[in-house]
Amino acid sequence: MKLCGLSILPGLSAKTSCIENEIGINLMTATHIIFLIVAALILASALMVVTTRNLIHAALWLVAALFGVAVLYAILDASFMAVVQVVIYIGAIAILFIFAVMLTRREMRDRGSQLRKGWWLAALLGLLVFAGLAFMLIAQPGINRTVADMPQGLDTVKLLGTALVAPDAYMLPFEVASVLLLAALVGAVYIAVNKK
Amino acid sequence: MTFWSDPVNFIAAWLRGILTGWGMGAALSNVLLAFLGIIVLVVFALVLDIFLVWVERKVVARFQDRIGPNRIGPFGLIQPFADIIKLIIKEDITPEGADKVVYNIAPVLAATAVILLWAILPLASTIYGVDLNVALLYLVAAGALGTLAIIMGGWASNNKYALLGAFRMVANMISYEVPMVVALLIPAIITGTMSVKGITEFQSGVWIVILSPLAAVIFIISAIAELGRAPFDLNEAESEIVAGFHIEYTGMKFGWFYASELLHSFTFGGFIAILFFGGYNFFGLEKYPLLAAVIFLVKALFFYWVIMWVKYSMPRIRIDHMLAFNWKFLTPLSLALLIVTALMDKLLAPTNFYVIGMFLTNVVIAWLTIEILRAVGRKQKRIEETLQPAAEAVAHH
Amino acid sequence: MGIPLSWYLILSAALFSIGLFGVLARKNAIAILLGIELMLNAVNINLVAFWRYLDPAQMAGQVFAIIVFAVAAAEVAVGLALIISVYRRRKTVIADEINLMKW
Repeated sequence: MKLCGLSILPGLSAKTSCIENEIGINLMTATHIIFLIVAALILASALMVVTTRNLIHAALWLVAALFGVAVLYAILDASFMAVVQVVIYIGAIAILFIFAVMLTRREMRDRGSQLRKGWWLAALLGLLVFAGLAFMLIAQPGINRTVADMPQGLDTVKLLGTALVAPDAYMLPFEVASVLLLAALVGAVYIAVNKK
Repeated sequence: MTFWSDPVNFIAAWLRGILTGWGMGAALSNVLLAFLGIIVLVVFALVLDIFLVWVERKVVARFQDRIGPNRIGPFGLIQPFADIIKLIIKEDITPEGADKVVYNIAPVLAATAVILLWAILPLASTIYGVDLNVALLYLVAAGALGTLAIIMGGWASNNKYALLGAFRMVANMISYEVPMVVALLIPAIITGTMSVKGITEFQSGVWIVILSPLAAVIFIISAIAELGRAPFDLNEAESEIVAGFHIEYTGMKFGWFYASELLHSFTFGGFIAILFFGGYNFFGLEKYPLLAAVIFLVKALFFYWVIMWVKYSMPRIRIDHMLAFNWKFLTPLSLALLIVTALMDKLLAPTNFYVIGMFLTNVVIAWLTIEILRAVGRKQKRIEETLQPAAEAVAHH
Repeated sequence: MGIPLSWYLILSAALFSIGLFGVLARKNAIAILLGIELMLNAVNINLVAFWRYLDPAQMAGQVFAIIVFAVAAAEVAVGLALIISVYRRRKTVIADEINLMKW
């Protein structure tokens, strides 16, 4: 019988377990099961986002999908990304969506279908895009590689901070992104202000 | 590793021995023990919540010069249980036209957002849930989940006062997240880590409140605004908006909103203690984890008392004044403080004037702020004085 | 045996296609923006998965993903401001009815 232990987050004290049968072959590890559950959550929530009639429910299903993506980032050892995903997407963007839906609702109750006339064409296109991407991906060599353990002592948050402000790393995109956010801030306030 | 030096791991090792003695695999027993630890932590937080109801009622009574509950049990200690029984047996009304699923999930989400915070709260150097290396951002993320719960509750109640209250509350909470995050960055700069446990261990030397008192003040103010407690409680002011976003909630659902607000206040009291006032450190007594946990809880109760003191002594602030205070005063002040702190931290680190230097920069910034406010106030008074004779002349005609 | 990289990429391809369907098939302008958000998240999953699987010491994947966060936030803010402004004038948010510039 073998023991397998994988740690999910650096610093987490729990270890995952293997579900093993008597012969000692490793079936799915707990990480696999967690990934499948999270992937099912993300895809089911995304489907509900694009098909539900009530727009507030659509925004709330988006919150569920975004939370699933945050869990996925945590599985991928990108802890900073996971937390920032919750703060920015769920804490700001989803709330913006809910506010916008509430402010533009007065004359449209959700009557009738929310899908346009040619929606089956859009569904076909979506399926074709997915099939094309999937076939192209599977045909790549090395696409089934598994993850190597994180190198010991790698402080991703510190490396990320250094990469964002080092002049020979990504300082320029960082500064441009901050100018973009300033422009979006001023522009959004100017467009949406009620000039009475 | 004895019980007194490391209680959690000692008990975990003992239980693991028992479980493997029963034939369970070592890895599976680890998972089971992790779940058990989570359940114990959550139960502790919720039992503490019951005690906090009693603390709140006694403290508000003393501030208002009366005694508070003293009939049930010695000093009224059984009062919270009577409250809970009353809430459970009340009729559970769902308003007509309400969105049933969202209506029922909102109080659960509000309570969950608060209990999630207990995962990163270190009660002692060896008693904690998890040592995240991005714990400060996790704090902000849990606040964001609470904001979502409020908007769900306000919307699903199908009531325009609930919706208005939810809008105001969410505008409040989102606005005050900005100075709170900036004030949280200052301990991160000083200690060089975003992990709450790392910040507490840094403070075994000198408390961060001495290095940066202005950051502590900014954090306390924005924490009170995030909690939605007075003087920033326009959302649930009975005289103005009739209980805000939880108007339509009855019985235990309202109980969950109320209890989660109290636990949230206590948890933020705990974070103020951890981030600025040393956490479980107290002149060397933190070597014994159980004693350190008691010290931490006492400090957290003290800051919870400070939050309640502010609540029961100050009048309510109007919503436009609240937002103006945030965007025109707190945010520029906290950003200026952040820039100066980062600069002085790098300049003073190799010298041995670090503590005095950081403290003096805070004093200088506070003095500059007060001077600017006084100049602005003088200018406004002069404008009003020039307008006043003209106004009187118009009135006499 | 860990999780193969292809699982993450197929998940992100599926999420992208669902977002694409949402953008092309929905009437309400806000629902179209929701679909765009799903597509941006699919891209982010791809970036972070490649970062982890190829070389965790190179920060390019995470930095790119953070820039995508910033761009998504900016786009949602301006997009929703535009929609609210159009709603005030034309009292509609159905994308087909905002057709003054069609010839």
